[in-house]
Amino acid sequence: MKRYHSLENTIFETIVMILLILTGLFSLLPLLHIISLSFSSKTAALAGWVYIWPVDWTTSAYTTLLEDNRFSQAILVSFERVLLGGGINFILTICTAYPLSLEREQFPGRQVYIWIFVFAMLFGGSLVPWYFVIKSAGLIDTIWALVIPSGLPVYNMILLLNFFRNEPQSIKEAAIIDGVNQFQLMTRIFVPLAVPAIATVTVFSVVWHWNNFFDGMLLISTPAKIPLQTYIQTLTNANFTITSSSMTQEELEALTSLKTFNAAKIVVAAIPVAVFYPFMQRFFVSGITLGSVKG
Amino acid sequence: MRTIRTRGRKVTIHETWPYHLLVLPGLAVIVIFTIVPFLGNVIAFQDFKPILGIFKSKWIGFENFTYMFKLKDTWRIFRNSLIIASSKLILTLLASIFFSLLLHETFSIKMKKTVQTICFLPHFLSWVILATIFRNIFGDGGLLNTMLMNMGIVSQDINFLGSNAWFRQLLISTDVWKEFGYGAIIFLAALAGINQEIYEAADIDGAGRLAKIRHITLPSIVITIVLVATLNLANILNAGFDQVYNLYSPIVYESGDIIDTYVYRMSFVNAQYSLATAVGLLKSAISFIMISISYFLAYRFAGYRLF
Repeated sequence: MKRYHSLENTIFETIVMILLILTGLFSLLPLLHIISLSFSSKTAALAGWVYIWPVDWTTSAYTTLLEDNRFSQAILVSFERVLLGGGINFILTICTAYPLSLEREQFPGRQVYIWIFVFAMLFGGSLVPWYFVIKSAGLIDTIWALVIPSGLPVYNMILLLNFFRNEPQSIKEAAIIDGVNQFQLMTRIFVPLAVPAIATVTVFSVVWHWNNFFDGMLLISTPAKIPLQTYIQTLTNANFTITSSSMTQEELEALTSLKTFNAAKIVVAAIPVAVFYPFMQRFFVSGITLGSVKG
Repeated sequence: MRTIRTRGRKVTIHETWPYHLLVLPGLAVIVIFTIVPFLGNVIAFQDFKPILGIFKSKWIGFENFTYMFKLKDTWRIFRNSLIIASSKLILTLLASIFFSLLLHETFSIKMKKTVQTICFLPHFLSWVILATIFRNIFGDGGLLNTMLMNMGIVSQDINFLGSNAWFRQLLISTDVWKEFGYGAIIFLAALAGINQEIYEAADIDGAGRLAKIRHITLPSIVITIVLVATLNLANILNAGFDQVYNLYSPIVYESGDIIDTYVYRMSFVNAQYSLATAVGLLKSAISFIMISISYFLAYRFAGYRLF
């Protein structure tokens, strides 16, 4: 749109600007509140003095957190899970999407495979049988239970498949004339051209593995092997069942000291996502939209 | 143009085996951990005992289903799921459209980038994290209560998360808060594709900004809006397990218990495996119908194909 200066336009743009700032604040304020809580003193937090700025600035919640071995252990488990799970997702997504993006003439059977995957994506397994399959596969209480059953995110695979299909065919034809074999065609032509889509699906899968608490809750029982989100979930849920009216003075004090401490945990758990995603954001719009258009 | 034709020649397995090999690992994962558990739905027709396994457990026909329909809980969870999911879908859609229009109308690239980055962020945070944040805001002694008391509006703490009058609205509004930014992506892409000459022509005709939104911008993305709305139909019973599970408590089952949380509790707390699976199967059956309808409509009216 070209920009014209007139009274009407100036008023309009000011209103848009104000609304945008309000929207941004609307998204940001709840996050600011928890960050402020984590840097405030326990008394200020419990007395409700903390809004969106720390009161009685202190980092004591974080120093306590550093000494919490189970928390750091849970972070390590989560990092291990993200690396393993993200890696498996990365390889399986590319390896499955590439052949399925070919034309039917080149790869008969493509259609059958795709329908199996789409069926699986739309309906999913039933919860109870899913649990017992993983149990009988002997994966329960190992890190593999968190990364193998979720090894291929079908939605991501289809996004990448569509992206591959939208890549210009002329490049591919030129490469074949230059004597490139099928495997090189995938690794040297298709994959490098699909960087926006691959970056997008990698963000999805890494964030999914980092955020998922459910698998850890059901499939892992040894405390030392529990991933971060599951650890936080069991912990905060346990606090939640106590209501302030039924608490003794001691319990109330215990909860008081936990308020800033829990806030610090939440902030630390959110940091990797908050740092990681803005770097990848520039790929999203092209990655998602080109991938969702039919080929 | 886009096909490298093999000119009627049949491709043989000697040429295609590398493709089969590439698909194999992904296929194995999906077949073992999704298709087999899908087939495991048959335990809905059994009196499933883990110790006996799927082959030795007793078959009892539709007994689980007749029992399920007699339970008051069943109607409650389906009603709650439907209300919560549809409200979320509709309100998020509207908020996303409005947000994308705001971003489209600003000339400040810096502003656009900053607000966009901030508003996308909640989508990437887990409900475990967000539930703790919202508990600190809406719970006992939370931020909202402090503010209301300071302003003299209430004299005693209201536990918004423990009240059936508020819980469902909170589920809906916090989910809209989380998803509206991310939901705007697809509209931003559609808005970026509008031909600028149309706006210039409108300028010459003396159209104001609102007139341009109404007569150019909105009509240009109406297909995308219809498409998103249609595809949303498929999620009409997905009320959001992670969110509800992390925010609810037995006090608010009446207004906030949904199919997925119920199935989870029946399975792993009450060990009613067959009943839980029957409830899940009913949800799948309804979802199947909704998915079929939505994909058919999306294909018919917007030419949409999944792949």
